[in-house]
Amino acid sequence: MRTLALGTSRIGYELRLYFRQGDSVFFTFLFPILMLAVFAVAFSTSPNIGAAPDGSGGITWAAFYVPGMVAAGMLLSGVQNLGVDIAGEKGDGTLKRLGGTPLPVFSYFMGKIGMVLVSSVFQVVLLLLVARFAFNVALPADPGKWFTFAWVFLFGVVTSCVLGIALSALPRTGKSATAVVIPIVLLLQFISGVYLNFSQLPGWLQNVASIFPLKWMAQGMRSVFLPQSFEVMEPSGVWDLGLVALVLGLWLVVGLVLCRLTFRWIRKGT
Amino acid sequence: MKVRGLTKSYGGANAVDGISFDINDGETFALLGPNGAGKSTTIEILEGYRDRSGGEVSVLGTDPQHGGLAWKAQLGIVLQSSGESGNVSVLEQLTHFAGYYPNPRNVGEVIEAVGLATKARTRISKLSGGQRRRVDVALGIIGRPRLLFLDEPTTGFDPEARHQFWGLINRLKDEGATILLTTHYLDEAATLADRAGVIVGGKLVDIGHIDEIGGAAAKVPLVRWQRDGVVHSERTSEPAALAARLYAEAGGEVAALEITRPSLEDIYLGLVGSHANAGPGEDVA
Repeated sequence: MRTLALGTSRIGYELRLYFRQGDSVFFTFLFPILMLAVFAVAFSTSPNIGAAPDGSGGITWAAFYVPGMVAAGMLLSGVQNLGVDIAGEKGDGTLKRLGGTPLPVFSYFMGKIGMVLVSSVFQVVLLLLVARFAFNVALPADPGKWFTFAWVFLFGVVTSCVLGIALSALPRTGKSATAVVIPIVLLLQFISGVYLNFSQLPGWLQNVASIFPLKWMAQGMRSVFLPQSFEVMEPSGVWDLGLVALVLGLWLVVGLVLCRLTFRWIRKGT
Repeated sequence: MKVRGLTKSYGGANAVDGISFDINDGETFALLGPNGAGKSTTIEILEGYRDRSGGEVSVLGTDPQHGGLAWKAQLGIVLQSSGESGNVSVLEQLTHFAGYYPNPRNVGEVIEAVGLATKARTRISKLSGGQRRRVDVALGIIGRPRLLFLDEPTTGFDPEARHQFWGLINRLKDEGATILLTTHYLDEAATLADRAGVIVGGKLVDIGHIDEIGGAAAKVPLVRWQRDGVVHSERTSEPAALAARLYAEAGGEVAALEITRPSLEDIYLGLVGSHANAGPGEDVA
């Protein structure tokens, strides 16, 4: 009970800190929205993707990039944000101070994950509003699609958070955290169908990307936001939502085990 | 608190080399020693931050290596320094931390006690170094600790702030808190502590009541005077007799005559100097 109450208190505290920190708001919160705008504007004069040979039908590039940007937002909010944030808190003494108080580790994690969930809901709502009203992207009307959206989003964000917490153990200092974390998430975004059309990547690269969770988050979001006619462009020819759940679930378990094994309030002296 | 034969080794070298002492309930104990002597390592072992290599330690009846949340709730820890981002106000930070403890102090009273009442709504990042240090102290006492660790608490304080801080610590002592203090300011140790221990090179070279540190010999007054432009000095337990003899010899006032009793600082420097010169491995306790 006390653990949950303190966790809830941590969520409010973390959210306040998060939105007061200008650089994280810019680079993780607004980043997917800015990227969507860049792609939408860059390809605004290109013909629709998936159009019939006569040029009719298909969807705009803005619409095509929406699922990728939603998935990127989930990954950045969890992995990049928490990976850098917690490594920084380890470096600047925040965790050492907390480790000397009766705050349960679980409450601390709950605060971080809750903060990411709340901020990423704001983020995705803003992203979809921009897509709908600035770039005239049609959003799904089918409630079943929104149900898929909800579980892929929740599952993906929580998995990203747990992986971010696990990844925060890797940088040796708070200062090196961005140098360690950002290349990992950037690489994943390029091979997982966020910036590049996944169906046009070489097969071996698709296979490598399939090991990691971002590919599955992006695929789940494509099933929500792209027309049914795009399903055949998937490597397997189907959205494979069952596989999406399975892979995210496996990564969640891997992340939880890694957190349990690696998280310490401070690096104990050797 | 009970410490017996505490050792901590890093890569074969002993940073802490067989330290033993007790701190009684309600007592304020100062741990003194030069930088790198093992003070912080010792205090971090007692706080549960580091695992020891050997010896027995009991803090509030618990081995700090296995101290749970209920044990931590009885501690107040003021660490040496921290560089947290501080994007919260003093009031927000203390209110939040107060929630961690079963029976916290009143947040407003604590802010008042550390002299930050006018800064309560200021973000911690906007405070000066000394003011941030006071926030550290406030966070250390917010949980109404039975045992308070103060690791160099007044570094960066101006003299006035230091005196205010001493007043605060004296009030905590009156309320019955047990305090373990490390400091580089010997006047601070002399003012606050009941007993002190001096660590040099990982060993406890002296321990005792604050007036007994260095032993009786260290307390012998020093008489200094000048004759023919040359400074002379002599340590004697009968300084007045020496002064009278000098007066008689000079046939009048003695130039630059002074009689001083060594301060804790003089005694401490004497202790550290003599033990630092002693070779490693020599048993100096």
